[in-house]
Amino acid sequence: MENDIKTSPDAIIEAHQIRKSFGPLEVLKGVSLNVDQSKTIVIVGPSGSGKSTLIRCFNLLEIINAGTILFEGKAISGDDKDAWKTRLDIGMVFQNFELFPHLTALENITLAPKIVKGISRDEANEKGIKLLEKVRIPEKENSFPDQLSGGQQQRVAIARTLAMEPKVMLYDEPTSALDPEMIKEVLDVIQQLSQEGTTSVVVTHEMGFARRVADRVVFMDHGEIVENAPTDQFFSGDVSERAKLFLEQILSH
Amino acid sequence: MDALDLTLEYITSDIFFRGAQMTLLLTIISVFFGIVVGLIIAVCQEINNKALNYIVVIYLWFFRGTPVLFQIIFVYNVLPQFGIELSSFSSGVVALALNEGAYIAEIMRAGLQSVGKGQRTAATALAMREWQVMRYIVLPQALRVIIPPIGNQFIGMLKLSALVSVVAVEELLLVANQAASSNFRYLEALMAAGVYYLAFTTVFMFIQRHIEIWAKGSRKRDLANVDVDTLNSTEHMETR
Repeated sequence: MENDIKTSPDAIIEAHQIRKSFGPLEVLKGVSLNVDQSKTIVIVGPSGSGKSTLIRCFNLLEIINAGTILFEGKAISGDDKDAWKTRLDIGMVFQNFELFPHLTALENITLAPKIVKGISRDEANEKGIKLLEKVRIPEKENSFPDQLSGGQQQRVAIARTLAMEPKVMLYDEPTSALDPEMIKEVLDVIQQLSQEGTTSVVVTHEMGFARRVADRVVFMDHGEIVENAPTDQFFSGDVSERAKLFLEQILSH
Repeated sequence: MDALDLTLEYITSDIFFRGAQMTLLLTIISVFFGIVVGLIIAVCQEINNKALNYIVVIYLWFFRGTPVLFQIIFVYNVLPQFGIELSSFSSGVVALALNEGAYIAEIMRAGLQSVGKGQRTAATALAMREWQVMRYIVLPQALRVIIPPIGNQFIGMLKLSALVSVVAVEELLLVANQAASSNFRYLEALMAAGVYYLAFTTVFMFIQRHIEIWAKGSRKRDLANVDVDTLNSTEHMETR
């Protein structure tokens, strides 16, 4: 199995039979998934199904126990001292935003480009302001995170990740910590980026968003991918029993 | 001689002034080395190394479990038997600094841990390396937590330093005690020493207050720019 890796020309990330355990608990039980260039994949599934762990393996926040992950055709798996180089290309947005509270919105965005990529202060600021415009809060550049609403904080966090110009954006339940009225403003930004061709992997419970934005929907349960289908097919009901049951539960309220 | 006159005479005398200088010197040097020791201990605690962790546990157990007075006398009288001979001033500083380090380590650890794991993860995900996460994310926030209680340690040390009179360091309390025992005018001698102590602690408290205001305030530089709606909507976030 291990050496039987098919490289697909469109895939930017190829995960093959990856396994991950936390102590005795196996969270990923041999997961394979391709993320195609310029496409958006939405991963859904019940809590504890391994969705977040899967995408955290892609940017090496978790180190897999078995299997292979290829990024642009090169293996990134294994605990690698050069992990940070992989992270230059794969950005991540977190459920709880995780802005740096001692820095302003603009400073949050410009810090990593300045210290990691060595971009000049002026250039970083200019780019940062453009990104704040892109996420539709240009007026908040000098605000500190605790002066922003949850939706605004998450949009700054998205801008912060974009500032590194990653080739792939990973979103780990980006709206789960938000009040309902703020979910839309964040999803709109993610949708816009996706439509502009940003390769995106979004872990979310927002099925309406999945239907609108995803090219493929992946359904995970108990550490396995149960369903991986084009969005239309996924929502047409032409899916496995487990996926159907999940959809009924989540769409019934 | 009138009590007030004698007190004033003591306060302005060379010997009391030098005693006060000695007390201040002991305090500053001991806290300084205490910070160095505390930093080393805090880092050793964070590092995942069994041997180092055990050494730190024994260190903390010893220095927190015995009186400072015991430690001062130990350094001055016992260490020479093992070939380590220190002046009375050095013995005092060594004992006070080693003792202080045990407490400052705890302050440092609290500061480092005040920066949530999520922020470190986010910084790591932005391709920062470990030292950059420490330098740009953890330390700037940890310092705001660490510096105010270190001010308290200065005030504590100022009072603790009187203990080194036991090994005949000519600090303020020893000077006052000696002056009084020659003429039994304890009230005047102790009042003179008390004035110095209170003057020092008042200055320290004043400095500490300003540092605290800085620590709290620097993050809220432009609070004035914030509209009330945003503040209201973020209130519940902070309690989360």
